Amino acid sequence: MRYIALLLSVCFGLHTSVSNAQQVPGKPQDEKITISGATIHVGNGSVIENGLVTFEDGVITYVGQQMDAVEVSGMIIEADGKHLYPGFIAPSKSLGLVEINAVRATNDQDELGDFLPHVRSIIAYNAESQVVESMRPNGVLLGQVTPQGGRISGTSSIVQYDAWNWEDAVVKVDDGIHLRWPNAFRRGRWWAGESRAYRPNNNYAKQVEEIVEFMQQAQAYANGNDSSSHLPYEASRGLFDGSKKLYAYADGVKEITDLVVELKNAGVKEVVLVGGTMAEQTADLLKEHNVPVLVNTTHRIPSSEDQAYDFAYQLPKKLHDAGLLVGIQNATMSNHQARNLPFHAGQAAAKGLDKETAVQMISLNTAQILGIDDNYGSIEVGKSATLFVSEGDALDMRTNILSSAFIDGRAINLNSYQKELFDRYSEKYGQ
Amino acid sequence: MKKILFFAFALVFYLGNAQDYFPTNSRVLSNNSNYTAIQGADVYTDAETLVKNATILIHKGKVVSVGKNVKVPANTVTHDMKGYIIYPSFIELFSSFGIPNPKRATGSGRSVQYDATREGYYWNDHIRPEVQAFDLLEYSAKDAAKLRSMGFGTVNSHNADGIARGNGTLVTLNDKGNNASRVLHTASGQYFSFSKSVTSRQSYPGSLMGSQALLRQVNHDLRWYRQGLSDTRDKSLEAMLDQQNQPYFFEAGDRGNAFKAAKIAQQFGQTYNVLGGGDEFEHLDLLKKYNTRLVVPVNFPKAYDVSDPINAAYVNLSDLRFWEQAPSNLAILEDEGFSSAISSKGLSASKSFFSNLRKAMERGASKEFILKGLTQIPAQMLKQENSLGQLQEGFHANFIVTKGDLFAKDFVIYENWVQGEAHILEDRSVINLKGDYSLAFKNHSFEVSISGSSKKPNMKATSNDMSYTSKVSYDFPWLNFTLSNDEGKLYRFQSRIDDASSFSGRVVANNGMNWKFNAQKASASEDEKKKDKKKNTVASSEMMSSMRFPNVGMGKDQMPKSEHLLFKNATVWTGEEILEQTDVHIKNGKIVAVGKNLNARGAQQIDATGKHLTAGIVDEHSHIGAFAINEGGQNSSAEVRMADVVDAKDIDIYRNLAGGVTTIQLLHGSANPIGGQSAILRLKWGNNAEELLFEGADPYIKFALGENVKQSNWQSFARFPQTRMGVEQTFVDYFTRAQDYMALKESGAPYRVDEELETLAEILRGERFISCHSYVQSEINMLMKVADRFGFRVNTFTHILEGYKVADKMKNHGVGGSTFSDWWAYKYEVKDAIPYNAAIMSREGVTVAINSDDAEMSRRLNQEAAKTVKYGGLSEIEAWKMVTLNPAKLLHIDDKVGSVAVGKEADVVLWSDHPLSIYAYAEKTIIQGQTFFDFEKDKELQERNRKERMRLIKAMLNVTKKEGEETQTPVQNKKRHFECETI
Repeated sequence: MRYIALLLSVCFGLHTSVSNAQQVPGKPQDEKITISGATIHVGNGSVIENGLVTFEDGVITYVGQQMDAVEVSGMIIEADGKHLYPGFIAPSKSLGLVEINAVRATNDQDELGDFLPHVRSIIAYNAESQVVESMRPNGVLLGQVTPQGGRISGTSSIVQYDAWNWEDAVVKVDDGIHLRWPNAFRRGRWWAGESRAYRPNNNYAKQVEEIVEFMQQAQAYANGNDSSSHLPYEASRGLFDGSKKLYAYADGVKEITDLVVELKNAGVKEVVLVGGTMAEQTADLLKEHNVPVLVNTTHRIPSSEDQAYDFAYQLPKKLHDAGLLVGIQNATMSNHQARNLPFHAGQAAAKGLDKETAVQMISLNTAQILGIDDNYGSIEVGKSATLFVSEGDALDMRTNILSSAFIDGRAINLNSYQKELFDRYSEKYGQ
Repeated sequence: MKKILFFAFALVFYLGNAQDYFPTNSRVLSNNSNYTAIQGADVYTDAETLVKNATILIHKGKVVSVGKNVKVPANTVTHDMKGYIIYPSFIELFSSFGIPNPKRATGSGRSVQYDATREGYYWNDHIRPEVQAFDLLEYSAKDAAKLRSMGFGTVNSHNADGIARGNGTLVTLNDKGNNASRVLHTASGQYFSFSKSVTSRQSYPGSLMGSQALLRQVNHDLRWYRQGLSDTRDKSLEAMLDQQNQPYFFEAGDRGNAFKAAKIAQQFGQTYNVLGGGDEFEHLDLLKKYNTRLVVPVNFPKAYDVSDPINAAYVNLSDLRFWEQAPSNLAILEDEGFSSAISSKGLSASKSFFSNLRKAMERGASKEFILKGLTQIPAQMLKQENSLGQLQEGFHANFIVTKGDLFAKDFVIYENWVQGEAHILEDRSVINLKGDYSLAFKNHSFEVSISGSSKKPNMKATSNDMSYTSKVSYDFPWLNFTLSNDEGKLYRFQSRIDDASSFSGRVVANNGMNWKFNAQKASASEDEKKKDKKKNTVASSEMMSSMRFPNVGMGKDQMPKSEHLLFKNATVWTGEEILEQTDVHIKNGKIVAVGKNLNARGAQQIDATGKHLTAGIVDEHSHIGAFAINEGGQNSSAEVRMADVVDAKDIDIYRNLAGGVTTIQLLHGSANPIGGQSAILRLKWGNNAEELLFEGADPYIKFALGENVKQSNWQSFARFPQTRMGVEQTFVDYFTRAQDYMALKESGAPYRVDEELETLAEILRGERFISCHSYVQSEINMLMKVADRFGFRVNTFTHILEGYKVADKMKNHGVGGSTFSDWWAYKYEVKDAIPYNAAIMSREGVTVAINSDDAEMSRRLNQEAAKTVKYGGLSEIEAWKMVTLNPAKLLHIDDKVGSVAVGKEADVVLWSDHPLSIYAYAEKTIIQGQTFFDFEKDKELQERNRKERMRLIKAMLNVTKKEGEETQTPVQNKKRHFECETI
């Protein structure tokens, strides 16, 4: 109990002053921690009622039922009636690359140029971002820092959201390259007198050809030993030996079909589809080529007036039922919305997706897709103790209330700039 | 009758004695005073009167007399036109014939121009009534020929540019005259539209509602100017005064703009002749309400090229449906008693013009209706019904000489006579073979279709479903042609043509055999024609894609009716408490009982066990259901009305219903400190734009503060204010002006009605309420101080993300807060936005609502309300009020909606689960007892639409493949999604 009190003081901080810096990152785990009594949402689709989890040196050492005999030592967190989840993962976000969208000086997400695989997000990642900090109280503990814009936007890295600097934050550096596949249908150029209606993009074939050409050149470069300076090709090397993933963004049937066929033909080993609005119609092709999908958020307006109002709510389930490996992202939304990722998964469960599968789509599935599942994404022995305790169902706004959270076994501070302002003004009014 | 005779006589007399006043130096004076007579033709003297075997006597470009017994003077050149049908030629009202394209103003980048470029004219460059089309007219023989081929003889030409477009000029298409004789009127009607002039970059008006407001203001200004009260000269207003007795023409377009134009006309006691957009059948009620005089275009959409299924899938069902519905427009207007003119606007070839008119007739529009719409009605609209549009004594001798049924496939215009001068389109001496024939020889038979011009016909043929191609040469009277197919069959035909109804000759096969052939023109028997007509009439009233409410894919087949309902065993959220296992009885649109074990005879019982029943969600801040959001052309736009741009067909209305939303405040955007007048809407999907307005609701207006109004985030440095300091002064300035205006008005002195200041005066008098977009505490405090100074109360701060910092001051002022649940970090002024805002304000006693601003979020405001439980720990009842009762209070409609209480209107939602839960979805959304969304019904509608899409795609493939109709590239029309900042 003593420990719990201590922990609470860390979590809810007794800071009274509002600072611009982030909360102090958690110290490395120095004693064994046991969480007992919680419902464990493992992240792989299974649930353990009345569970017990222990971790030491940042690594999970036991996961099971409470009754099982475990030697109890170190800090104990009694979590009866509460819920334990693996840290949720937000892929495809420029979180940490831009602080305030409208203030250009704080915007480092989109570099000049079209084919920029050599541009690396990690060195611009602001580990002290107030927006990043606001993720943690909602259970979003990991993310993929992703450059935006252009045709190939750049190379992402995967980070955890409690760090002193970008080097500290790294979970997987330079994990993949992000390719914005051209659209076969484009918006009318209304400023040039066309109607605003979307119409076939007459340059589509040419734009696809440019990508194919780039990939052929990059592969040829990768096959050779000439490491003379061609930074874009050099940065693309990993695509052809599978050490880097290619995240390809597309939504239409034609685009998805083209990208799978063209990229596989070009020798790209690991392709991830990001978006996938119409992916159900191409499910066989995606399955055949082992292409997983980071599907668009459920909180999205239908893409045409005829699409069912709840199309986006149902899409994760449809793709899952079609046998695809599915993670949920909310790349098209503002960065601050990444903290709502649990609810985007909950929304899919509202329309028939199994709740644990919904959890899986923002934990283990995403970890698998990003290639970090050896250590993250589920509460299993041997994995990093990156997890959190919620008062109730973490996919529901009312009950997503965190009492403690850990990244690599470090107890993290759940306070935030926003919470401090709340405290400050609650105090002002004596509320 | 005597008078008319006298008039006719006087006219003839006058014509015969006109005096030349132009000097002649190149030749001797040689006036031809011979007569021309057309004899033997069947003449339509007007759309309903056919005189068979008539004579038209023409002198100096006008009809002297027409009829069966016309005495022809000795000095007459006669033309025998036996077998031909003569109609008065057509009149185009919305033509820019001979007017050069206006030059587009070039500008530098994104900098905005606020001021007019002209001096001595109206303050707005887009008001150009002083433009005289006659001064710009350059007669184009080429364009005239095109128009004549479409049957036109007279066009009213104008400079189609700007909101007030100036004067038209009425010109005939007489190549043989000059502008002195061709121009019948140098000032033939004022033209207007809602579209700005391309010749100026002045930013106001930047929206459809701004255009409407500007047109109203111009009319107010005109009344004032007429009284001589202006100290300055204004050439634009003077021109409008000069032209005020001329006819008015208004190019409005589709989406209900036609009734909007008519509404303005009605307000100022005028009548506009309004060019619509071909979708009039969707707006019949409002067109009637405003007595709209319509000019209807017939540029029906082409079928989409649906051969590529991926591309075809992009086309909206509503666009597929409109393709099928559009040709019925005229028939419906005729049935509904409109007397409309018809315009060729958007069509430039006779082929498409005639084929579209033919389609309209196939859908049941009568020949008389169409003929009138092309002749007499435009003549009336021009106030030229005594000289144009008919063939009567004294009228201009403007007519077309034709063969075949009007607009049928074999319809041919041979000659188009303008002012008594013949313009030859087809040589009458050549027998025209256009039409369908049955051709037979030996044991072969072909269906042959001949098209093209009389001298150069084209031919297509089929035999036993096999198609044949053809080469034709026609050296009248000898016709040679071949028919061949892919299998190598080749026949050569030769015939001497003496009669268009049948011809015969020899046919030679490629093996040298030859036979006699005979071709007989297919003519529908009288019986068949009647049957066709009957069939067609049915088609029009039932229209293949039947009307929906609204007329889009997800529209309803029938308008919902007020139902008598009893919800049994629901968990009822009254607004103040949560009642388990409770019944709710709804009758005549109201909640009549809430309690346990209720009985209601005759009510439909709905088992709501395990479900939750709540009041409908009220969104204080919405931008759905609108054609425009911002009128940012000036720093105040108090004169514009969101009610002028309600889009009742916006699919987001339906999507909001699916999220349990029943009432919204449609707000103007935040582009300027003083925005426009709000419209409070009930989301009664299927009702028209005016029926959506919340009856009896108080009037509201949008104000805005901060980065948007000072234009911080885009490159614009020319508009005051650029700082928060300037924002305050903007308000002080406008309210001071409004005070002065009220004082002047109350003094009884003559004054200029100013819609902007009228609106602001309503605020000062406490009759209109402000919902103010706001972020940081300094500006929030400022506006309350300005309001104190001018003696009114700010009603609502909307967004109000730093409301928590001044909640005590807000409470004291008595202003409510309508906020986002958790948005922040997108611009500097939301840096301190916190999700605990609602909780703090609420605890401090402020009435707090959670709003959307966003078409996606608005459909799950229940979830946004739930976030106040997570952030700040509000109770679930308090949370729920934030999207129901509290916004209803902020909108002053809490006596009618916002909670489940006896006597309130039955705006309720049945939820599948706890309404604050992420897992809940709306099963039924009911407004005033009418079910506008039903979860089960939605699936049926989707299935209905899937089938209809398949049917329409098949139909398009059919007409393009079999009938060879032209197609258009598939496009996807997407509505724009507006937020505050959308410009």
